[in-house]
Amino acid sequence: METPRSEDRETGLPALRSWKAVYAAVTVVFLVWLGLLAALTRLNS
Amino acid sequence: MNALDYGVLICLLAGIALYGIWQTRERRSLAGYLKGVGQTHWLTIGLSVMATQASAITFLSTPGQGYESGLGFVQNYFGAPFALIVVSAAFLPLYRKLGVYTAYEYLGRRFDSKTRLLGAGLFLLQRGLGAGITIYAPAIVLSTVLGWRLDLTIVCSGLLVIAYTVSGGSDAVNLTQKYQIGVIFAGMIAAFFVLLARLPDGLGFGGALALAGRFHKLEAVDFSLDVNRRYTLWTGLLGGFFLALSYFGTDQSQVQRYLSGSSLRESRLGLMFNAVFKIPMQFFILLMGVLLFVFYQFERPPVFFNQVAWSRQTAAPGGERLKAIEAGFGSAHDEEAGRLREWLDARRAGDRTAEAAALDQAQSAQKRSEEARSGARTALRAADPKTAAGDADYVFIAFILGFLPHGLIGLLIAAFFAAAFSSKAAELNALGSTTTVDIYRHIVRRGDGDAHYVAASRVFTALWGAVAIAFALFANLTENLIQAVNIVGSLFYGGVLGIFLVAFFLRWIGGTAVFWAAIAAQLLVIVLYRALDISYLWYNLIGCAACVFLSVMIEGVLALGGKTGSPPPQ
Repeated sequence: METPRSEDRETGLPALRSWKAVYAAVTVVFLVWLGLLAALTRLNS
Repeated sequence: MNALDYGVLICLLAGIALYGIWQTRERRSLAGYLKGVGQTHWLTIGLSVMATQASAITFLSTPGQGYESGLGFVQNYFGAPFALIVVSAAFLPLYRKLGVYTAYEYLGRRFDSKTRLLGAGLFLLQRGLGAGITIYAPAIVLSTVLGWRLDLTIVCSGLLVIAYTVSGGSDAVNLTQKYQIGVIFAGMIAAFFVLLARLPDGLGFGGALALAGRFHKLEAVDFSLDVNRRYTLWTGLLGGFFLALSYFGTDQSQVQRYLSGSSLRESRLGLMFNAVFKIPMQFFILLMGVLLFVFYQFERPPVFFNQVAWSRQTAAPGGERLKAIEAGFGSAHDEEAGRLREWLDARRAGDRTAEAAALDQAQSAQKRSEEARSGARTALRAADPKTAAGDADYVFIAFILGFLPHGLIGLLIAAFFAAAFSSKAAELNALGSTTTVDIYRHIVRRGDGDAHYVAASRVFTALWGAVAIAFALFANLTENLIQAVNIVGSLFYGGVLGIFLVAFFLRWIGGTAVFWAAIAAQLLVIVLYRALDISYLWYNLIGCAACVFLSVMIEGVLALGGKTGSPPPQ
């Protein structure tokens, strides 16, 4: 069985220090994409 | 294709395969063979996960989807970022903590042997079928348009993948996937720019998008609640979430990719790379299909993109009817192209009235040409029922062969094969690992040394490769290929995901309850698939929900009868 290592808790990313912050950033990126695609749909329907 | 194209194709494919074999020739331990040597960087994992999911079907068929139906298919991937977050936060730490080789090994530790075998068995069944489709799909399209023998294309491409996967195991798969996806991206980007350069003078990217919008090809998000619609925001978010959660969290071909990370951090970053870039990548490929649609409004396309099938039937008795349809299509298309050039001139001159009038007339002509195309498909099917009615899979390859310069044609054909190899290798690697770890080492022969199990894993990988080749040789698919793969996956994934969700989150439920619940859920999905006409993505949710609900019910009944399930987890 592997033991958890302390560096696993850190993301190594400069602006996103915790995994919760990484997951929040991924969600924001998705929402931006969704907004852009919805705008593209609305502009062309 | 000329000698230059063949040179590019052979050098790239054989070079990457030989490099993979050479670099991983020292794998001797079972851990090294099945999980790699544990040095894999997050970017390699990210590209490997992406390459495993994006098969040749993705790059051949998806532009055809964009051409036919616009951008709506991108919604299929809306659930993926959230599924990857759940896998990263909940599934991955447990897999790494327990040091398992396969996802199903975890089920054995959490529940019991029969549940582990059920999970492994469902994976082997659906992924074994999928592996056949993975190898058949590009082979049928490429052999048709290039005039190669289908059986030789299947066997030769299959043997090359088997060679490096058997030789180097998981590391060979990761390593070759990194270079293969480089070839794929290079080919797709090159094709994109050639396509942009081939658009009529004065149209440009913005004009092409404006035109595509008028033909309803840019409707990327559908907020409709109609469950009969195949792709909506809700099928994508809900059905797509469960499909992606099952695929990334429980399918060994993916689990094996991210378990090769040197640390939990590297594995997580590899998954998050996909969470960010999966939707843009699919959008880009669909957009290519939309731009192909615009291109072919000015350039006359074939009435049926599978020109080999079309030519065969027009030369056969009764082919005059098809030729008449083709002539009708040609005149309607020529009229449309003429009107669109008038629209373009009016657009340049800033004459809004003339612009609107020309576009209306072009749309009427396009409607007639689409009716002719639809009539051509019906007539072709009536003349030869064995001919696939759709030609969307041939749209992109027809453009490549007709309009790309030599050298780039070779690069694009290499990209399609590279995509086929990368997903095929991951599937074979996973099928071999699961058979070795969950069946052979678990039941048939326990307690032997690493050398024996590595040899067994090599044999099983080769055997699964042979099964996939045999399946591909006898396959006959009629639906759009990418949909066929997703439908097969959706029928099996829900139940498997249900088992894992019970394992992770309902820790009081034992193996007996979840085992029977999963079997009942699988039967329910098959019955509903035959009885209902709803989007296949919903079966991921139905199968998963049925498995979880029935597990709770059965566990309750067992508790009432005084029979407890498996002992609580460690």
